[in-house]
Amino acid sequence: MDFPSFLIQVLNAVQYGLLLFLVASGLTLIFGIMGIINLAHGSFYMIGAYLAFVLSSATGSLMLALAIGVPLALIFGWLLEWAVFTHLYKRDHLEQVLLTYGLILFFEEARSILVDNDVHSVAIPELLQASIALTETLSYPVYRLFISVVCLAIAVALYFLIRYTRLGMMIRAGSHDRDMVAALGININLVYRIVFALGVALAAFAGMIAAPVSTVYPGMGSHVLIVSFVIVVIGGIGSVWGALLAALVIGFTDTFGKVVFPDYAGILVYVVMAAVLLWRPEGILRKSGG
Amino acid sequence: MSINKNRRATVGALAAAGLAVLPLPLLAQGRKLKIGLMLPYTGTFAQLGEAITNGFKLHVAETGGKLGGMDVEYVTVDDESAPPKAVENMNRLVRRDNVDVVVGTVHSGVALAMANVARQTNTTLIVPNAGAGDITGSLCAPNIFRTSFTNWQPGYGMGKVMVDRKIKSAVTLTWKYAAGEEAVNGFKEAFVAGGGKIIKDMSLPFPNVEFQPFLTEIASLKPEAVFVFFAGAGAAKFVKDYMAAGLKSIALYGSGFLTDGVAEAIGDVGQGLVTVLHYGDGINNPKNIAFRTRYATTYKQQPDVYAVQGYDAAQLLAAGLTAVKGDLSKKAEFHKAMSTAKIDSPRGPFTLSKAHNPIQDMYIRQLKGRDNVVIGVAVKGLADPALGCKA
Repeated sequence: MDFPSFLIQVLNAVQYGLLLFLVASGLTLIFGIMGIINLAHGSFYMIGAYLAFVLSSATGSLMLALAIGVPLALIFGWLLEWAVFTHLYKRDHLEQVLLTYGLILFFEEARSILVDNDVHSVAIPELLQASIALTETLSYPVYRLFISVVCLAIAVALYFLIRYTRLGMMIRAGSHDRDMVAALGININLVYRIVFALGVALAAFAGMIAAPVSTVYPGMGSHVLIVSFVIVVIGGIGSVWGALLAALVIGFTDTFGKVVFPDYAGILVYVVMAAVLLWRPEGILRKSGG
Repeated sequence: MSINKNRRATVGALAAAGLAVLPLPLLAQGRKLKIGLMLPYTGTFAQLGEAITNGFKLHVAETGGKLGGMDVEYVTVDDESAPPKAVENMNRLVRRDNVDVVVGTVHSGVALAMANVARQTNTTLIVPNAGAGDITGSLCAPNIFRTSFTNWQPGYGMGKVMVDRKIKSAVTLTWKYAAGEEAVNGFKEAFVAGGGKIIKDMSLPFPNVEFQPFLTEIASLKPEAVFVFFAGAGAAKFVKDYMAAGLKSIALYGSGFLTDGVAEAIGDVGQGLVTVLHYGDGINNPKNIAFRTRYATTYKQQPDVYAVQGYDAAQLLAAGLTAVKGDLSKKAEFHKAMSTAKIDSPRGPFTLSKAHNPIQDMYIRQLKGRDNVVIGVAVKGLADPALGCKA
């Protein structure tokens, strides 16, 4: 591989890693910080993507679709928590798995009934449709760079929220000892509801913003689900920076694996996961609330 | 005691009378034909399952609701494109429901399991889509038929086209699974025989759709052209990614599934893409025109290659039934009639090879608007080599 190609592959790896972080960010909040095993995370991602498709077809603009879709996802997450998840905090992890697995099936059917089973595309907003020429044969789509910037912004915003705001403090405390926080007079149910809604909205937002580059199709949720869990687990449960680091590690592993070790590319990510967990069983940056 | 003896005698007499009036084993003529439809009706391939079923039932309706003069009864099973459930589903149709013929399916993994069961039970199986070479290769049998294609055929056709276009070097890319490998092998066979050079074969795990590293690699290798096999959502994403990476100077070619069914999702960036498949839009024979009109009127949508394959499955079955006049006990004759049938298909007339796969024309298509318009013929009467078939 010549040097310019190597650099471009590095760019590919970073861009893919950041996208993975965005996709996994919702799970980082819900699983990483709230401790709920949410198998329906992939479904929220899919719901976001289909929302983007439906709304952008109706309004003609992805940006408008985002403006409408994100609040919708927040409300949806809020209602879902109130109706379903609020009963799960005191329960076993196994029961959480069962419930959220059932949700996957439910959302798949609902999507099939409300929208359809087709493959769809979402148009990239006009402003971002250009490509930057990197070499004489290869260009880089501006939209992908835009996504990377958005991912970084979200990472910073999340970190700031968890570390430096009152809400973040309550979340961190709640994840350590829920009853004590309630005993101190804080409405922990409300806190959890907000965080859950945020987690769902993040997953849906990721689906919406990635829709133009990933196309919208049934089963798209299951593809991101596993890699999201891998990221949260490698990164360290509860750590936003850990998740970002883990996402970048996987981005590099996947990108260079495909080009340098094509025969093993499929399992390389899991080999890396196993290696990291052997070295640091709690994840790379396991800290309480970082 | 004597009352019991009398009762027993009465019961015995009644039972004997009952047996006597039971319907005799149904004679071959005049009974209903039981067809098992094992297709995906949910999941990613749901549309394909629907299209095949529609095509099949359209032909039955054309011949007055009967096939080969027999009334038809369907037993439908949703195989969910799930290989682990395939054997159980197939056994249910064959052993519990006692169907006469099984038609299915879309997913090659499921179809291979079905073919295995069909071989063991000598059940007539007609495959209206799955392209795995083994079905009419190492698993070929007198009772197994296919009205669709093998993955090898369109790949080979594309190789011929690229040789004709004087392309000397190429790179291949596909998913690392049977369909992808068979398609690339077909391509390589024609391309290398015609003097072409393969610079690199690349693959990624199925169903991974992160193509950027490969696009960068293609740009650095600088071949004259690229041959790919992708289908469904992955195909749409690949085309969009390829065009967004500005690789227009390196011609992109693929098996027809790169653009079939996903033209809407690809949108305008894929205009002009050339692919090869055994069907396309704008085939002007009278059969196709009549078929398309009737399909559109009945189902309020345009037919696609899957509908054609389903339609032809019904035609093939009818040919066999007509030859034995509905007497399915004459299995050998029934199968022989099907294997020597000449099918007047909307894609053009075709016959089956010794391994029971269609010998058919491979069309060159170009994406214009949302249609894959036929612009020529890559290979006429192409037969799959049927490796491993001891027919």
